Amino acid sequence: MRHHLILRVITKLLVGAIMLFAFYVQFHGDFSPGGGFQAGVIMAVAFILYGLVFSLHNVQKVFPPWLVHKLVALGVLFYAGTGIVSMFLGYTFLDYGALVPSHPSSGQHYGILAVELGVGITVTAVMVAIYYAFAGRPPRLSDEEW
Amino acid sequence: MAVEPAQVAMTLSDQLPILQILIPLVTAPLIVLIGSRRLTWTLAFTASALSFVIAILLLIQVIDGSVISYQIGGWAPPLGIEYRVDAANAFVLLLVSGISTLVLPYARESVKFEIPARHHTLFYAAFMLCLTGLLGVTITGDAFNVFVFLEISSLSTYVLIAQGSYRDKRALTAAFDYLIMGTIGATFFVIGLGMLYMATGTLNMANLADRIADQGANRTVRAAFAFIVVGMGLKIAIYPLHLWLPRAYTFAPSAVSVFLAATATKVAIYVLLRFTFSVFQPAFLFEVNTLEFIILPFALLAMFAASFIAIFQSDFKRMLAYSSIAQIGYMLLGISLLTETGLTATIIYLFNHGITKATLFMGVGILVLRSGGSFYNRIQGMGKTMPWTSGAIVIGGLSLIGVPGTAGFISKWVLVEATIEKGWWPVSVLIVLSSLLAVIYVWRMFEALYLKTPLAGTDYKEAPLSMLIPIWILALSTIYFGFATDVTLTAARAAAQGLLAGSAGMM
Amino acid sequence: MGFELTQEYILGHMNYWLFSVLMMTGLYIVVAKGNLVKKIVGLNIFQTSVFMVYISMGKITGGTAPIFPQDMEIDPEVVYSNPLPHVLILTAIVVGIATTSLGLALIVRIQEEFNTIEEDDILKIERAIVQAENAIHGDAMGGRA
Repeated sequence: MRHHLILRVITKLLVGAIMLFAFYVQFHGDFSPGGGFQAGVIMAVAFILYGLVFSLHNVQKVFPPWLVHKLVALGVLFYAGTGIVSMFLGYTFLDYGALVPSHPSSGQHYGILAVELGVGITVTAVMVAIYYAFAGRPPRLSDEEW
Repeated sequence: MAVEPAQVAMTLSDQLPILQILIPLVTAPLIVLIGSRRLTWTLAFTASALSFVIAILLLIQVIDGSVISYQIGGWAPPLGIEYRVDAANAFVLLLVSGISTLVLPYARESVKFEIPARHHTLFYAAFMLCLTGLLGVTITGDAFNVFVFLEISSLSTYVLIAQGSYRDKRALTAAFDYLIMGTIGATFFVIGLGMLYMATGTLNMANLADRIADQGANRTVRAAFAFIVVGMGLKIAIYPLHLWLPRAYTFAPSAVSVFLAATATKVAIYVLLRFTFSVFQPAFLFEVNTLEFIILPFALLAMFAASFIAIFQSDFKRMLAYSSIAQIGYMLLGISLLTETGLTATIIYLFNHGITKATLFMGVGILVLRSGGSFYNRIQGMGKTMPWTSGAIVIGGLSLIGVPGTAGFISKWVLVEATIEKGWWPVSVLIVLSSLLAVIYVWRMFEALYLKTPLAGTDYKEAPLSMLIPIWILALSTIYFGFATDVTLTAARAAAQGLLAGSAGMM
Repeated sequence: MGFELTQEYILGHMNYWLFSVLMMTGLYIVVAKGNLVKKIVGLNIFQTSVFMVYISMGKITGGTAPIFPQDMEIDPEVVYSNPLPHVLILTAIVVGIATTSLGLALIVRIQEEFNTIEEDDILKIERAIVQAENAIHGDAMGGRA
């Protein structure tokens, strides 16, 4: 663990940049190509990279599995919740115009931001959950046997 | 949306079509988020019961032939996604949500027995997603949305089937086989949709129907039809494409078998109906040819071959799985007649077979709970120790054969009527002959339950009430629908007329 | 149906040729390979071919990216590519990922239970189970599993 010095330093530098980029893609999604799916995957990459270099145990200290599972559900609820809010305002499901009735197109803006945030949370959590699920299995061969 | 400034506020009853999907969909993540083992079941059951109530309300609204259209996000239909409820899919919605509401109380004991406790929350979450998928496939009026919901239900189904691995490790390979076949089927379906989109430039079903009617059949449309039939055929388990079904039903946890046998293939048949009759015009020659020369022979083959295999099974659950394939043959036979009576027969068969098979699979599940296995010599003589469960199984068996006074009789009767009306009397004879095969396999089950002496040293208690009540509701409803035919026949006929009306009056 | 195998016909339908080849490659791998992981890979190739046919469907000759200019003033001369197939495929890709990871998860479980991921070996093990079951349950009833 001690000897991959370059890997560890570069990873520490990269993780922050990757996360920042993920946020950029996330919140620019309504102006330019991007959005929750892409941002979610990028965000998950940051955690997975950290896990690859600093071991699963360490990344799970930062982002514990129970939290990952809750976030998967939370993102979906956030998405559906946006739709439910518009239903309570007397519009159809996911009609973002409901959010700002006087100016529907800015309502669309807020709506898509909220929905993409839900997508982003779920995609991040799902990707990390998949990584945890596969990496967390007891290996058939221990490292020494390779 | 922005186009209409004077927005009329929608009331709860206008929101029913989306609530039908939304309630189980939101419940699934809610179950995971709350993560409480005690609340899980209550949440799932409440959601399922609510969507059952909504399905009833929707059916009442559309039974007279009217159509409800719901625009997601306020985008008008040909561009936006539309949920469209008419008599045909309201009927299927009722079946799916009804069965799930009955399965859940039953599942409680059975799941406790078959699945380790730490997986219970995720099991019910997957169950809710499966329910969402099946309801969504049924309610949507957008062709691509069908694919999305189909995959939601399929993926959760694979997970649910794999849960059987705690009892028999073959559940894993069964789920894997189903995953491969199901994905190939779904992908074929998407290829078909892609070709339809190439040919017409739209994905809304009503709009598709109009444009296909305008431009007539060209090679792209024909290829699309072929891909969609094969893709759905894999999901329905049309006879040569059925290989995943027996293993999946046999090794899945009992509650999952009940739910899948009663709903999953039925929903796939509904999609096939929707595409053959509403989207493509049945008058096209290629469609008539496909149904008459491909679907019909395979349907007849299924009726005999699968029944024949069912006779030689020594496992009750596996026998039921093969009998399901045979019964799917009857439903496809109704479709291939291409008449209104034939269609009515299919829809009524769909419903009646759904409740019949649910009764039988529930029975097996209870026997498994008490005896630990579903092999005939494992469950022999249990008719004496567990009279209530076995009684319900016998009613289900009689309905499977089609004995007068049960729901199964009505569906076979309408089917025979339809074939005679079409003038295909040899087919009617074949229906009766294959029903005789059903007599044999049902008799073997009866023999094992009642005529053999119970295994030495076994003294099984009667099933818990939470399982007996659902199974008897289903058993009594098979009898009820065997006498009160008005309800189902009216609904099925309205559904058939709605489907055959095609695009006329849809837009 | 009068069509000729001209150069134009072959080159003009390039995306369909590639689609067919890729699709059949994938399907062949799914059917012919005994290793379960390879089957999943084949399934992925098969699905990808469909994604590609959808994406190529959205291409319009001379079309540009379907993004409105900042001032929202659309020049009627500009041709936009059709974004709808791409959006559809975004959904299909997500479904594909879910299928792949579920398939791989099942393979991990199969490996743990059967100690192999070769189809032939699994079939051998399952046949042994069935035979054992028949010895206890099947023969007594004169039936078979």
